[in-house]
Amino acid sequence: MSTDTPSAGDDESMTEAQLQARIEELEESVAELEADDDQKKMSIIATKGTLDMAYPPLILASTAAAFGYDVTVFHTFWGLEILHEERSKNLKLSSVGNPNMPVPNVVGAIPGMDRVTTKMMEKRIDDNDTATIQELLETSLDMGVEFQACQMTIELMDYDEAEFYDGVTTGVGAATALEDMADADIQLLV
Amino acid sequence: MSEAFDITETLDVKGESCPMPVVKTKNAIDDVPEGGVLEMLSTDSGSMSDINGWAQGTDGVELLKQVEDGDLYKHYIEKTD
Repeated sequence: MSTDTPSAGDDESMTEAQLQARIEELEESVAELEADDDQKKMSIIATKGTLDMAYPPLILASTAAAFGYDVTVFHTFWGLEILHEERSKNLKLSSVGNPNMPVPNVVGAIPGMDRVTTKMMEKRIDDNDTATIQELLETSLDMGVEFQACQMTIELMDYDEAEFYDGVTTGVGAATALEDMADADIQLLV
Repeated sequence: MSEAFDITETLDVKGESCPMPVVKTKNAIDDVPEGGVLEMLSTDSGSMSDINGWAQGTDGVELLKQVEDGDLYKHYIEKTD
């Protein structure tokens, strides 16, 4: 019994020291988290390669870069077309499958109609001084946006990596994308 | 307090549309010295809201003034640090 009292006193002082250490530990990790939070991140998965669908990921990526975000755009399936230096300049607009198109689907399905609707869209982009896909991609690269090309779909769809824009990251897969998304403040699938 | 300030640089993005006014403003402000003021001229009506949002979400910049002058939208942004 008599030994209990001093040991209990020891325990208490130990506890206090431990608490102090714990508080310091927690303060450190809070400071780390706050430092981490200062750097905002956005992660976009780009899966489409039509002219209209190539715009949203690039507009958001360049704008987020202007906000000082760390931005990663992971391109997979048809999204790889956006990274292809030549083909990104000639992305097509589909004249079918979109009920908001000025032509009915049966007309849109006539051979050559995709070319017509694409030309119309390109003219509007030009008349409106809207940035081109190439311009947006190069601007984003200059601003430090990381463009990644999914390795599995590069091989599946038989892309030549040398034909991508300079600065595109290859040799990445779903786990890289997932890790980016887990870390990001904003995650989008386009 | 007087609203007067000296303009350090002017960025003319007349005719350009989203997202270029914001993107080019960011690139231009990077070259403005601390305490300097960037004047940005745009014809994009969306720039009034976009530049305001960008300035609020970006460290080291302060939106001093926005002026709507017919089809021209003028923005004055100070580089704070």
